[in-house]
Amino acid sequence: MALLEVKDIHTYYGNIHALKGVSFEVDSGEIIALIGSNGAGKTTTLRTISGLMAPREGSVTYDGEEISRMRADLLVSKGISMVPEGRGVFAKLTVEENLDMGAYIRRDGAIKDDLKSAYSLFPRLEERRKQFAGTLSGGEQQMLAIARALMSKPRLLLLDEPSMGLAPVLVDGVFETVQRIASEGVTILLVEQNAHMALQIADRGYVLQSGEVAISDTAANLQQNETVQKTYLGID
Amino acid sequence: MDVLRSRTSRDVLSLGLLSGAFILFTGAVGMVAAFHEREVVDRFISLGQLMLLTAPFVTAYFAAGRLREQGESAPRMLVAGVAVGLLTALPSVILLLFNSDEYRFLLFMTLRLAPLVAASVIAWGRLRAGAEMQTAIGIWLLVAVLVGIVTYSFALIFEVKGDLRSVFVNIDRDWVEVVTFDNRKDLMRGIGALGLVSIVSGLGGSILYLLPTVPRRALIYGLGVTALIGAFGETARLILQENVDRDTLREIFRRDTLRQNAALALFVISTAAGFFWALFGSQARERFSNLDYGPRRAVNTVGFVLFVLLMLMLPWLIGRTLSDVAVTIGIFVLMGLGLNIAIGLAGLLDLGYVTNYAVGAYILAVLTSIGPLGLFKGTFTFWTVIPIALLAAMFAGFIFAVPVLRMRGDYLAIATLGFGEIIGKLAISDWLKPLIGGAQGVQAIPKPIFLGTELKNPEQLYYIVLAASLVTLFVSIRLNNSRTGRQWMAIREDEDVATAMGIDTARAKLLAFTLSAATGGVAGAIFAAKVGTVFPNSFTVFISINVLSLIIVGGIASNPGIVVGAIVLIGMPELLREFSEFRFLLYGALLILMMIKRPQGLIPSKIVTHEAQSGVKPALAAAE
Repeated sequence: MALLEVKDIHTYYGNIHALKGVSFEVDSGEIIALIGSNGAGKTTTLRTISGLMAPREGSVTYDGEEISRMRADLLVSKGISMVPEGRGVFAKLTVEENLDMGAYIRRDGAIKDDLKSAYSLFPRLEERRKQFAGTLSGGEQQMLAIARALMSKPRLLLLDEPSMGLAPVLVDGVFETVQRIASEGVTILLVEQNAHMALQIADRGYVLQSGEVAISDTAANLQQNETVQKTYLGID
Repeated sequence: MDVLRSRTSRDVLSLGLLSGAFILFTGAVGMVAAFHEREVVDRFISLGQLMLLTAPFVTAYFAAGRLREQGESAPRMLVAGVAVGLLTALPSVILLLFNSDEYRFLLFMTLRLAPLVAASVIAWGRLRAGAEMQTAIGIWLLVAVLVGIVTYSFALIFEVKGDLRSVFVNIDRDWVEVVTFDNRKDLMRGIGALGLVSIVSGLGGSILYLLPTVPRRALIYGLGVTALIGAFGETARLILQENVDRDTLREIFRRDTLRQNAALALFVISTAAGFFWALFGSQARERFSNLDYGPRRAVNTVGFVLFVLLMLMLPWLIGRTLSDVAVTIGIFVLMGLGLNIAIGLAGLLDLGYVTNYAVGAYILAVLTSIGPLGLFKGTFTFWTVIPIALLAAMFAGFIFAVPVLRMRGDYLAIATLGFGEIIGKLAISDWLKPLIGGAQGVQAIPKPIFLGTELKNPEQLYYIVLAASLVTLFVSIRLNNSRTGRQWMAIREDEDVATAMGIDTARAKLLAFTLSAATGGVAGAIFAAKVGTVFPNSFTVFISINVLSLIIVGGIASNPGIVVGAIVLIGMPELLREFSEFRFLLYGALLILMMIKRPQGLIPSKIVTHEAQSGVKPALAAAE
């Protein structure tokens, strides 16, 4: 059974019909890429899954449980964690305080250990643990946002445009990290405009077009798909 | 001509005229004359005269700074100081001339020539910019007529009324007396005196800037302390009279004014102190920060104990009148600490804080009053009602928070503002009149009784405020470092991301509003007990704005800042009662100045300091 099943969701911004029946599945242990151009509904899809927005129709099932009407903060304790678009680090808290915030819902004693493993995943963050997050570079902030999302020990990690606004060198690093996280058993749903990079690490992918799933296939096939190549990979 | 066009002279010109405009404006609104009533040093200088002196002095100091940035030489900086002095005096001199019977013709000449000159300058400018002759003539006529209508009407008014006071009501004898340094009879001598004082002050300002660091700091410190103590002579005398005998007091003060010898001694002592601090202060601070954790902590603890002792002894040190002021300050510190939970920690801009204050005050009034409106007539004491007032305010905070939970930033501010107004209207309404007395309010509220003593003096009430403030301070420090405090900070930074961390934002915000309301209720109850009566017009939007302003002026999310903010915004106006008509003018000017020069507040918290340095947006903007 799929870990996450999104079935025919319709989400609105006021009167604007943003998602017009999006359906897809994410299996446990997979990396799934949602690609599409600006305004296709990628971020809206993530916000709907994470509970920040509620769909007017359709269902979102996580681990066999209907969650589309559930409050966002409760989903975190169920194991869904999100790295928001534009990183969203708490600029006026230190790096370590940001990581502590990530573990907000936890009350177990293992937080200290997880802090250590976050630092071993991102040694740069340890160097800057007493710095305000707002003073970090864009790449470091992205690392912090990912590390913070992992602090809640998620089973499903939602990543919203992790490559946005980063230098190409840093983008490679971010995607490598994502792969490493997946290899530790975390299921990943990745939203990206950078289709080229996303499809390289993903198992399967969905192409969103004006609020609907236009194509769905394995990542390898999508990379060969003519439309995808033309529209999203810039290959003629 | 080229000299005039350089950046340097433009800076000097604009700064000088700014300081001149300041003198003229404060004169025209009557501040100079009113401040003249308060002497700073006996038979030497008044507060009004001090203003006339300070403006060119400070402006020249800053002008010298600008000139140094542009790499100008020291002699030029001195010349700039003189120029600033002259320019400061200029507008007032012109007005003095216009105001005198002898030279009134200058005024009429100016008013009649002004439209012609203005029109010619503008038309000439157009011509040079390549306009055609016909257009230029058209512009000339238009400007001449438009400006003429204004200036000729003024001329007519002045001619009929015979003096300037018909328009500038405060340009009167008193004003002339002050700005001419008591030479009203001999105008030319007066103008000379004004010019000379202005120029000397300006020169003094630039000389001060040119001094080496140590004497400069020492002098600034000495002058500042002397001026401040002189200006608040009454306060200083009230403090001293509690601690020294009458004869010594008479040596130092003549009524409320510092005597010349005493002022001189004070200046010498404070300058010497400033000198030593400038020499060794940074060393001492450095040595302190290099100390090990143990000794540093010990020093901090000693400092804290001394501070608490001082706070405990304060009423004896400052006497009754000032204790009363201290109680008022304390009431606002309480509210500031409470509101800071909503604004500083959680980023919720609450403009209806007066609600909680009113609830606390009315609860205490109705439950303890022995007058006709008292519900229980003496059954309840102050001490049992304090917790009730606290809970009632929290309940009110909770109720008002529910409908605004989904609002953010500006919308939240406006909604809470509305709630504050509703409470004011309810308090004065006929509907609640049987319960809380409408416009007459509730009277005959007994003073608190502690171990058989009635706490009726401000010195005694002070301890209630102190205790409440210390408890609140303790709670808010603990909150600041707690999981709850963290969750508020996360919401302040970014509500969506906070949700994504698993924070129940609705609950967290409710908690912030509710806890923040608690101290407001206590403050209101103490206020009601202090005054003994509760009227609806004590609970206006100005309370909310005062509390908000003291947080901003002191430093948002900074507990020491709130105390300092309350002293500056609540205490100072109390001590300057005689100038209460200028209260809001000064208040507004202070707020604007603070926002331009020190937006992080007088004692900023570490987070806000970081913002100011790195340009990250301030907390209030982030709340939106």
